[in-house]
Amino acid sequence: MLQINNLSATVADKPILKGLSLTVGAGEIHAIMGPNGAGKSTLAYVLGGRPGYEVTGGSVTFTPLPLAGGVGGGPVSAITAPDLTHPPLTPPASGRGIDLLALAPHERAAAGLFLGFQYPVEIPGVSFVQFLRESLNAQRRARGEAPLSGGEFLKLAREKAALLRLDMDMLKRPVNVGFSGGEKKRAEMVQMGILDPSFAVLDETDSGLDIDALRVVGEGINAVMRRPNKGVLLITHYQRLLDYVKPDFVHVLADGRIVKTGGAELALQLEEHGYEAVA
Amino acid sequence: MAVAALQPTRKDEAFRYADLAALAPLWPVAVETIAVPAGEHRALSIVPTGSVGTVRELAISLGEGASFDLRVLSAGAGYCRISVRAELADRANFTLGAAQLGSGAQTLEVVSEVTHLGRDATSRQIVRSVAGGGANVNYLGKVKVARGADGTDGSQSVRAMLLDRQSSANAKPELEIFADDVKCAHGCAVGELDAAALFYMASRGLPSETAKRLMLQAFVAEALVGAADEDELLAAALAALEAML
Repeated sequence: MLQINNLSATVADKPILKGLSLTVGAGEIHAIMGPNGAGKSTLAYVLGGRPGYEVTGGSVTFTPLPLAGGVGGGPVSAITAPDLTHPPLTPPASGRGIDLLALAPHERAAAGLFLGFQYPVEIPGVSFVQFLRESLNAQRRARGEAPLSGGEFLKLAREKAALLRLDMDMLKRPVNVGFSGGEKKRAEMVQMGILDPSFAVLDETDSGLDIDALRVVGEGINAVMRRPNKGVLLITHYQRLLDYVKPDFVHVLADGRIVKTGGAELALQLEEHGYEAVA
Repeated sequence: MAVAALQPTRKDEAFRYADLAALAPLWPVAVETIAVPAGEHRALSIVPTGSVGTVRELAISLGEGASFDLRVLSAGAGYCRISVRAELADRANFTLGAAQLGSGAQTLEVVSEVTHLGRDATSRQIVRSVAGGGANVNYLGKVKVARGADGTDGSQSVRAMLLDRQSSANAKPELEIFADDVKCAHGCAVGELDAAALFYMASRGLPSETAKRLMLQAFVAEALVGAADEDELLAAALAALEAML
C-alpha cells in the first residue's frame, strides 16, 4: 500500500533520512520507534510534503485501495458501517500506484493520506467545523465526489467526536486554540475519523496524553484505521500506545535508516533494554 | 468646516505615505461633519467601490454618552484614504473597525485622530490590512487625551499581513496623554501568513488558496465583527479576498 524505497532527505542541507526503505501492506499497522533525532518526524513530514524537507533520493509509491463509497469514504452511512466482513477489496492492477512525492500536500490528502501531527497547529479565528468541512469537501471535489451539505457534515462530525469522546462544542471553537495537549491529539483523531483516509501517518500521537486519553486515542485509531483496506504508520517513543493499537510490525529507525524489524514483541524488548542494546 | 485649498505634501505627517499623484485629481476634499447629540448612537459603514479612488475626510463630534460605530471595508480599485477626526465628550464611545485589502499598485490608508475631551469616554480602533501584489497599506492613528479627561479607555490594535515581499505596510499608532487616570492600549504588528498553519491545512486537503482565504477571512473579520451590517461586510470582504487570491 505504501512502498518507501531507499528514501533520502535533508532539512536545511543536513542529511536526516539516509536510504530508508519500508513497505506497509493493506490491513497492516506498522510502528516506528527510535531514539531522539533518528529522523522519525522527518519521515512523517517528508511523506506529508512539508516545505523545507527536501527529498534527495529514493521513491514513495502509494497505492490506495478503494474504500466503501469511494476513496476517502462516501455517504455518512458508508463511512460508519463497519466493512470488516465485506471489505470492498479490489487489488490494484500493477502500475496503479501513485508517485506520492510528486504530489502537492493537499493532493496527497485527497489521494487518501492523513498526517497526524505531533504538535497540532493553532489557527485563530477559523473554527474546526468550518476548517474540516472545507477540507473534506476540497478532498471530495478533487476526487470527483459531491461535496457534503452543512447538515450531512455536522452529522458526520458529531458521530466522530462522540467516538473520540470530544465535546462537539469544542469543534465549534477555533482550530486547536486553547486546547490542552490531550485535547489537541483527540481532535487530530476526530479529524482522521471525519476525513476517513486510506493511510495514516501518525507522528507521536501518544505524546502528551494521560492514561485515559491514551486509551481513547488508541481505540479511535483502531475504530477508524483497523480495516483490511487501510494502513497505518505509527511513530511513537513508547510502548504503551501499542498496548491499545497492536502493531503487525515494529521497526527501529536510527540515523536515518530502518535498522531492525520485528513483530509486536520487539517494542517490549526495546522498552525493557533500550535502543542501543536491541538495535 | 472650510475646505483645505492647498494639496498636502509629504511634509504633512498625515500624508507621509499617501499616494499624492492619485490624490491630486481628488483634491480638495470637503470635510464631512457629523455631530451626534448626547445619548444618541450613529453608525456608518464605508465600502468604496468604483475605479477612480476614494478620499474622505470625516469630522465627528460626540456629545455626552453618545456613540459612533464607524466601519471601513477598503477593497475597491485605486487609491483609498479614509481620514477621521473624532472628539469625545464625557462617557462617549467611538469605534473604528477598518479592513483594508490591497492588491497591485495600490495604496490604501486609514488616518485617525481621536481626542478624548471628556471623562470616562472609550475608543476602540481595530485595523486589519492585507497587502498583495506590491500594494501599500497604511494606518496613522493618534489618540489624544485632553487635560482632565480622566477615566479614558482607549485602544488601538493594528495588524497587517503581507502576502509577498513586494508589498508593504506602515503602522503608526500614537498616544498624546495629558490626564492621569487613563488606560490606553496600543499594539501593532506586520507579518506574513503562518507557514506551519498553511502546511497543517494543506495536510487536511485544502489547496493553498483556500487555506489562505480561510486564514485571511478570520483575520479581516476581527475589524468587522459587531457592526450593525456585519453579515454584509463579511460577505463583501470574502468576495474581495477570493478575487485577490
